Amino acid sequence: MTKFRNMCLSDKIYLSVVYLLMAVFVLLVLYPLVYVVSCSFSSPSALVAGKVVLWPVEPGLQGYTAVFNTSEVWTGYLNSIIYTVTGTILSIFVTMLGAFPLSRKEFPARNFFTGLFAVTMFIGGGLVPQYLLIKNLGLMDSMWALIIPSLFSAWSIVIARTFISSSIPNELYEAAAVDGCGYIRFFFMMVLPLSKALMAVLALNYATGMWNSYFSAMLYINDASKFPLQIILRNILVQNQVDVNNLTTTMNITDLMEKQYISELLKYSLIVVSSIPLLIMYPFIQKYFIKGVMIGSIKG
Amino acid sequence: MQNEAVRKSVPRPARQAARQATRQAARRNRIKAHKRCLQLYILIAIPVILVIVFGYIPMAGNIIAFQDYSVRKGFLGSDFVGLKYFEQFLNLPIFFDIVRNTLILSLYGLVAGFPFPILLALGFNEIKSPRVKKFSQTITYAPYFISTVVIVGILQSVFSYRFGIVNEAVKLFGGAPIDFMGGVQYFRHLYVWSNIWQGAGYSAVLYIAALSGIDTSLYEAATIDGATRLQRVWYIDIPGILPTIVITLIMSTGSILNVGFEKVFLMQNPANYSVSEIISTYVYKVGVKQAQFGYSTAISLFNSAVNFVFLFATNAIAKRCSDTSLF
Repeated sequence: MTKFRNMCLSDKIYLSVVYLLMAVFVLLVLYPLVYVVSCSFSSPSALVAGKVVLWPVEPGLQGYTAVFNTSEVWTGYLNSIIYTVTGTILSIFVTMLGAFPLSRKEFPARNFFTGLFAVTMFIGGGLVPQYLLIKNLGLMDSMWALIIPSLFSAWSIVIARTFISSSIPNELYEAAAVDGCGYIRFFFMMVLPLSKALMAVLALNYATGMWNSYFSAMLYINDASKFPLQIILRNILVQNQVDVNNLTTTMNITDLMEKQYISELLKYSLIVVSSIPLLIMYPFIQKYFIKGVMIGSIKG
Repeated sequence: MQNEAVRKSVPRPARQAARQATRQAARRNRIKAHKRCLQLYILIAIPVILVIVFGYIPMAGNIIAFQDYSVRKGFLGSDFVGLKYFEQFLNLPIFFDIVRNTLILSLYGLVAGFPFPILLALGFNEIKSPRVKKFSQTITYAPYFISTVVIVGILQSVFSYRFGIVNEAVKLFGGAPIDFMGGVQYFRHLYVWSNIWQGAGYSAVLYIAALSGIDTSLYEAATIDGATRLQRVWYIDIPGILPTIVITLIMSTGSILNVGFEKVFLMQNPANYSVSEIISTYVYKVGVKQAQFGYSTAISLFNSAVNFVFLFATNAIAKRCSDTSLF
């Protein structure tokens, strides 16, 4: 590669423009993220007065205290963790169950099942038929209404099938079969342990989707004790339904003002708190997510 | 030759019997093959049950678009009403408004949003330091993992009329604060540009993968021939990722009426109904809130039909103009 110094003029201009634009774009993406975090650590009055520009002003944890005192956030958090963990484990299992038989060339019904799965990638059932189905199955107001319909994903099965047939050699099964190992045993003893990287990709995909989804909960869950976090977030962040009465006790005009300020601050802290699981997962996401996009793009 | 002789020497009925025997043997073999794979059938049973119940039953349930659906009779017993609901939708006073809103939002998003990931990927490709590259990539695709609810929450706080930083900036430059979230004229821009903010970095990953697959000897040859960087981008990079671009374009036009329902729904408020009411939000309101099941399913079907038309049209155009097409 030629050094920047030795390049011709047009290349220098071109590269400078590209680097400048990239820097601007990266800053544009980064700034709102930093801003939200800085706001969450500022004091309510500084936030409302618009003093926060880049770094926290009058740093404090009032926003986080307010979040801690909002009990519904914790209910939602717990529910979301339960839904996400259960759903992720089950969906990986279902995906692998579907993918392994499709990766076996000697399976006579292979093409039939591949077709059966692939159709659902292009044609869906529509909102109302799905809603009626959940209703008729009696799953309303149950956590399974959120989990079971999302377990099957044709895309994941296609990705998993490609991975299995390209990374687990056929000889392995043949050798196992000679020793009297059936498909089911092979699946549990060999396929699952050998597909850890794939399962990490699938888990991240599913977990982020499940953690971030609110719509099916809005459709199927009416019981407030079963709300996932995103519904609580929607009520507080988008619809401004925050109950700050339990944060302060006396009722005079400055307190009311203070309350409104705190409820404004609480939003920022809440955004940060709700993103903690994603932040924890982010190193893994980085490691596997790009890989996942690549696996998916080989045979979409 | 020898086979031919043997075949001729055997009388016709015997030949037929032999053929039948082989056919039976083949059938036995096939059954045996199925039996040998019994365990595979057991493994695949759960996904198959799930796809039938949650994929195919709702698909069949679309039939209520043509029915006077009653919960008591179910979709097998309800009376057929033909295309009544489709007519009802076409005759709806706000039909054109809804379709126009959907199309504008979608086309605006496509036209403004489609080039960004490509430019971003080409930009990343010029960064030589792996650490800078990784750092900037990490930042640009981070927002992809933030939930829609939080994105809309951030939008509302940042653009808030009373407390938002954007209005602070407006005031600083001497302007009067603007009600961004309530204003009809801002809804589309906020929707589209926040989408680009959130998704461009992630969508670029696909193009970066395609770019890394380009043969490096092409660059070397171009450098020896004295090509400038811009020429290299124009004559090597862009043709190299063109198939990926075309496929992505076909896919996104195929969902032209599938505007992200979740986000529009969250951003909707009485002040911006006139631009934010789109097909899917209308379906939700009519179908789930007002329980007009047949009517709303008809609208969904209309939506899917339009998507299919667009998908096939773009695919046909792409097939004719380039060598790449989805099918």
